[in-house]
Amino acid sequence: MFENLSDKIDRAFKILKGQGKITEVNVSETLKEIRKALLDADVNYKVAKTFTDNVKEKAMGQNVLTSISPGQLMTKITRDELAELMGGKNAELKMTGNPTVILMSGLQGSGKTTFSGKLANFLKTKRGKNPLLVACDIYRPAAIDQLKVLGEQIGVAVYSDVENKDAVSIAKKGIQFAKDNNHSVVIIDTAGRLAIDEQMMNEIAAVKKAVSPDEILFVVDAMTGQDAVNTAKAFNEKLDFGGVVLTKLDGDTRGGAALSIKSVVNKPIKFVGTGEKMEAIDVFHPDRMADRILGMGDVVTLVERAQEQFNEEESKKLQKKIAKNAFDFDDFLGQLQQIKKMGNMKDLIGMIPGIGKAVKDIDINEKAFVGIEAIIHSMTPAERKNPDLMNGSRRQRIAKGSGTNIQEVNKLMKQFEDMRKMMRMMGNKDQMKKMMQNMPRPK
Amino acid sequence: MGLFDVFSKKKLDTGLLRTREGFLSRLGKIITGKTVVDNEVLDNLEETLITADVGTETTLKIISNIQKRIEKEKKIGTERLNEILKEEISSLLIDNPFTDFGGEIKKPYVILVVGVNGVGKTTTIGKLARNFKNAGKSVVLGAADTFRAAAVEQLGIWAKRANAQIISQGANADPAAVAFDTVSSAVAKNMDVVIIDTAGRLHNKANLMSELSKIKRVIQKVIPDAPHEVLLVLDASTGQNAIEQCKQFTEVTQVTALALTKLDGTAKGGVVIGISDRFKIPVKFIGVGEGMDDLQIFNKQEFANSLFSQSN
Repeated sequence: MFENLSDKIDRAFKILKGQGKITEVNVSETLKEIRKALLDADVNYKVAKTFTDNVKEKAMGQNVLTSISPGQLMTKITRDELAELMGGKNAELKMTGNPTVILMSGLQGSGKTTFSGKLANFLKTKRGKNPLLVACDIYRPAAIDQLKVLGEQIGVAVYSDVENKDAVSIAKKGIQFAKDNNHSVVIIDTAGRLAIDEQMMNEIAAVKKAVSPDEILFVVDAMTGQDAVNTAKAFNEKLDFGGVVLTKLDGDTRGGAALSIKSVVNKPIKFVGTGEKMEAIDVFHPDRMADRILGMGDVVTLVERAQEQFNEEESKKLQKKIAKNAFDFDDFLGQLQQIKKMGNMKDLIGMIPGIGKAVKDIDINEKAFVGIEAIIHSMTPAERKNPDLMNGSRRQRIAKGSGTNIQEVNKLMKQFEDMRKMMRMMGNKDQMKKMMQNMPRPK
Repeated sequence: MGLFDVFSKKKLDTGLLRTREGFLSRLGKIITGKTVVDNEVLDNLEETLITADVGTETTLKIISNIQKRIEKEKKIGTERLNEILKEEISSLLIDNPFTDFGGEIKKPYVILVVGVNGVGKTTTIGKLARNFKNAGKSVVLGAADTFRAAAVEQLGIWAKRANAQIISQGANADPAAVAFDTVSSAVAKNMDVVIIDTAGRLHNKANLMSELSKIKRVIQKVIPDAPHEVLLVLDASTGQNAIEQCKQFTEVTQVTALALTKLDGTAKGGVVIGISDRFKIPVKFIGVGEGMDDLQIFNKQEFANSLFSQSN
């Protein structure tokens, strides 16, 4: 995890405590930090420079309110400017034609085929359309098969012509097929191509000319570095695409490419891809992206990841158990495993704003759970169900079985008991009320 | 020796040509009208390196090393800057111990190929298989990417092209079981090289990453000291996230080598300089196209030369 930008900015402003206004002199160090944060996030060098110049202009002469630090103010200006830049209108798909034709484009491995499937699924389930996928990637081995398998998974028809080695003709025939079979949307998947491959760029331009798509989407990997600018520019010059799709955002990249592309071609980011499942498609949230690029902690992602792992039904069951004071070691073990499934502890904690920096150099022991798990695993099913069974000799046996010692077993038992007490209290509404009443009130 | 003598194969030359042109035209601008390296030249150099995805940390390291040398040597002319740059870049890159597909290797030599989605793992495997076959080795591929739609078919086509054998259990099979079968079959048939394809996975997905370590453990049940190579495939167009990729994959599978793909595009892949330096892992292969023969053995001198040498 990167150091939180606002922490860095605060540090840069430390020397300036007491200054009431943002001026040329006190802002230069801060801008340097902002620029570095952008570069670390893979924002293009030139784009980062222009961006920081704009931020400087906006910030200059602003009065610093007493309630916030100048660093916080600068962070806010930066974040707002970023979000505004990446926002923008017309983020809806253009769906005018009948059938509506959507052409996909992008480099190799950016995720066009997977996204084509997701988009078809989205249009089918969320918009009530009857889409057709057309397989025009005649180059990559098994690309057509891949689209067919995806089509089968989501129940969407796929038009392909394995014998045909002409992408333009497949696209045209695909549209005819859509017309004949009452498909309201056609999504044309194409081969990945390098922007400098003239022959391939001419091919996709020819497809565009032949089918006059209502919408052309440029698919780009969120992990792309400085080259995003060149590629986006070249594709835009050739195709004048209508929108951008940012894929693989479920990774931990800061995704500065989003800003670079938006700045260079000024086309809206219409969708993001957030996983390998066909449902993992989302509309673009400029403010979340701004936080992410600046490394300001991503609470939303944290919450989403937690939601992914915590099954609603399970937690209801658990709540009932807690209310009945029947929370046992099996439940405890289940909880531990769910937390572990959420991923690397350090990453998780790093997502909490303001904490990222604190854990940067601390080695969090991922194995801390192992001992606890071993102890629980060494209990008999009856002991797990009924922790009150536990006596001295049982504790001895568990310590031996788990390769720990009696002190550790006792410690865990004590922690578990405390936890149960706590839960009992939370479960009991009256008791909670009492607790709240006894709390000191703000005057 | 001129730059063009350095490259043994024409393809590498054309593959890296664009990278070189990009650098050279900018480096040319840096140098124009200057005889001494001053702050402006260093500023421009910073831009050149950052734009090549070298990253702020490594760029600052390179520049501060150059500054130290300027202090020592007092006056450095701009033509000397070229040499120093090459030296500094190559000193950060680990030497590539791999020189020859026909070289003596343990039998069977097991290569586990890993990486995030879309970097070109399967294509790289196809090319590797071809090169090993050309060098007279027998090759078996393991289709352990059982997750992505049609990944098994894709590897099958490459196997046919390279005339290599393939072991697969179809889609949705247990990838560790496929790996086990492949390695067992290679032992039984006395094959020279085993290459295991795995599904692309983002390095922050704990479950998928532990699946990889399981694959590795299962391979070790057949051959205790295998895999002899864990090859992490990186896309040259990836930015600073490649560092985190290398870190996480190394933690789970002890990556021993890197392959840098898609160097035939405009992307420069400068991030490998910092990665090689930090993790002490050599880049062994580069991908320069979609054809069977578009794979080259990485040479750090050539890489550095191709970035900074003047072409005439």
